[in-house]
Amino acid sequence: MERLLEIKNLRTSFFTHVGEVQAVRGVSFHLDKGEAIGIVGESGSGKSITMMSVMRLLADNGKIVEGEILFEGRDLAKLPENEMQKVRGNEIGMIFQDPMTSLNPVLTVGDQLMEPLIKHKKMSKEEAFNRAVHMLELVGIPSPKSRMSQYPHEFSGGMRQRVMIAMALACEPKLLIADEPTTALDVTIQAQILELMKDLKQKINTSIILITHDLGVVADLCSRINVMYGGLIAETGTTRDIFYNPKHPYTWGLLNSVPNPKNLVKERLKPIDGQPPDLLKPPAGCPFAPRCQYAMRICMTQRPPLFEIGEGHKAACWLNHKDAPKVEAPIRRGDL
Amino acid sequence: MNKPLLEIKNLKKYFPIKKGLFNKTAHYLKAVDNVSFTINKGETLGLVGESGCGKTTCGRTIIKLYEPTDGQIIYDGVDIAKFSDKQMLEYRKKMQMIFQDPYASLDPRMTVGDIIGEAIDVHKLMGPKEREERIQYLLNRVGLNSEHASRYPHEFSGGQRQRIGIARALAVQPEFIICDEPISALDVSIQAQVVNMLEDLQSDLGLTYLFIAHDLSMVKHISNRVGVMYLGKLVELADSNELYTKPLHPYTQALLSAIPIPDPDESAKKKRIVLEGEIPSPIDPPPGCRFKNRCRYAKPICSEQEPVFKDMGGGHFVACHLY
Ligand SMILES: Nc1ncnc2c1ncn2[C@@H]1O[C@H](COP(=O)(O)OP(=O)(O)OP(=O)(O)O)[C@@H](O)[C@H]1O
Ligand SMILES: Nc1ncnc2c1ncn2[C@@H]1O[C@H](COP(=O)(O)OP(=O)(O)O)[C@@H](O)[C@H]1O
Ligand code: SF4
Ligand code: SF4
Ligand SMILES: [Mg+2]
Ligand SMILES: [Mg+2]
Repeated sequence: MERLLEIKNLRTSFFTHVGEVQAVRGVSFHLDKGEAIGIVGESGSGKSITMMSVMRLLADNGKIVEGEILFEGRDLAKLPENEMQKVRGNEIGMIFQDPMTSLNPVLTVGDQLMEPLIKHKKMSKEEAFNRAVHMLELVGIPSPKSRMSQYPHEFSGGMRQRVMIAMALACEPKLLIADEPTTALDVTIQAQILELMKDLKQKINTSIILITHDLGVVADLCSRINVMYGGLIAETGTTRDIFYNPKHPYTWGLLNSVPNPKNLVKERLKPIDGQPPDLLKPPAGCPFAPRCQYAMRICMTQRPPLFEIGEGHKAACWLNHKDAPKVEAPIRRGDL
Repeated sequence: MNKPLLEIKNLKKYFPIKKGLFNKTAHYLKAVDNVSFTINKGETLGLVGESGCGKTTCGRTIIKLYEPTDGQIIYDGVDIAKFSDKQMLEYRKKMQMIFQDPYASLDPRMTVGDIIGEAIDVHKLMGPKEREERIQYLLNRVGLNSEHASRYPHEFSGGQRQRIGIARALAVQPEFIICDEPISALDVSIQAQVVNMLEDLQSDLGLTYLFIAHDLSMVKHISNRVGVMYLGKLVELADSNELYTKPLHPYTQALLSAIPIPDPDESAKKKRIVLEGEIPSPIDPPPGCRFKNRCRYAKPICSEQEPVFKDMGGGHFVACHLY
């Protein structure tokens, strides 16, 4: 497999009047061509900011403080803005959480789809029109030709999300970043969108990074998962590693906090109690320590390194140190 | 447990669509159209369905935040459907609602204490000292601190705001609470906290819930029975385990098959029914079965006759010509 993206020790901060918010505190991972990976973690864990750093779409007070973002070998972290504009929407497409905020309400859907094709792909108006119609067809919008002249508000939520996907894919990007693409949608529409992304991955070999807090969605689409917590990677591995052999107490908590629809006997849910860390003053040790029932003395003072569990499977938790006490993962999966 | 607290009979809520020069009502948006069900004392009834199918409108009509177009709302033996505002006052205490959006449903200019105390003041339930104590008690009850009373909503996270909404609903000691998507805007780990809290409150205070959501696995977890709505109609209603193991209506089957399963092997094995097409407009909906344009079993009769909502045995109701 050929490497498409390699993020090395990325640190991104926001400089606010109260101090430096360390949103991403040293994150590394990679993505191969044609692969779909997931990033999961609770609100504020740094998922979006990691990907916004890749797109270089940070707010004015945000800055990549350290690290490399190698996209086909080029370091995006150091690319001048005019070069970056050729990457955005052309080589990397992005779908945002709320389609309405990223579609322009005063431009027709057709114009919005055609613009990057004319700009980046140097297509004629006619070529761009045909390609845009084709894209709408591909994402399953009925009578796409007549839809081209409509405005975003004339589309339903699910259709807008499809238009976003069509826009993100129009230039055939090598990488598609999808930030909670289905969170705001109904399950039936969510299922349609997920099928569509799977289909596109096969048809045009797009690599996908899917950000979500829905474990069901990653299980369906992704071959590997990065679990983020407090601006760091807590655990990384294949989807099977994360679901069947998790090695981090935060991953355990995440897996246990969702009900299993196959359960016929009612079981109490097990939430993760407590609050995520304040990234203005991130803790010196393990960021999960205040909420972790297994926390040991070392956890308070020293940040756990990513311990190698198996091939490509790593977990940032001291329990994986060879001298640590042995703890059985409290996972209810076995009885499925 | 099996005594009905609430009986909804043929409930309708139509919104007039005004058109033209004289603002004449040309059409009706049939948001809730002939819906019947009961909720037993101490029970949780779940209500699911796609966005726009009428869940919120149904809930708001039951507590008469909307005037029902037609039908009966029998609360503890009394039909309140045509009650005046004055007659409703007593019932407003008994029936409360937790709203869908924890960001929009709290007045940003009011302190948390006043938000929670507002209903106490409206109903003139207690003096200042007692009121204060009640607010403190409620804050603690929903897992917040006493000192949070003097703060403003924007200082709280989504999960905390939803707790404030719950404390507000509890302030007047209601018997019946409509929870309108109380967790949809929250993260999974916070969702579990709020759901556990709702369950504890129910068993401690003997509450009855109507729980509206589109996350089917969470609805199944919390509900004794679940009703499925489609385009203003209740299409199926059954015990939650029964509904999930033996769904009868083609729409319910599609909904259930669309739930993403947090387990990669199970997910790979699962056969999905991906629904084609969009939900039709609720304005002058087509005759016959409203699901027919997306149903893979549709037959001629489905376009002509509206299927009756009938009991298939054991309280498993379905409205479909297949049965
Ligand atoms: N413009 C900003 N100024 C200051 N802090 C910010 C800014 N944008 C994000 N942050 C902080 O960065 C951290 C990570 O935010 P991010 O949006 O990546 O979280 P997330 O994992 O995507 O969460 P969600 O699930 O809510 O989208 C949070 O602590 C957030 O408050
Ligand atoms: N005040 C109103 N005036 C007109 N139409 C409304 C009003 N409130 C809701 N509707 C319509 O009623 C239908 C059902 O809405 P709602 O009950 O909010 O759906 P849900 O909660 O299931 O998403 C929708 O088509 C919606 O647009
Ligand atoms: S390093 Fe320590 S505190 Fe952190 S997750 Fe592991 S056991 Fe818990
Ligand atoms: S009544 Fe007909 S169209 Fe409607 S759900 Fe049943 S089979 Fe399908
Ligand atoms: Mg985000
Ligand atoms: Mg609603």
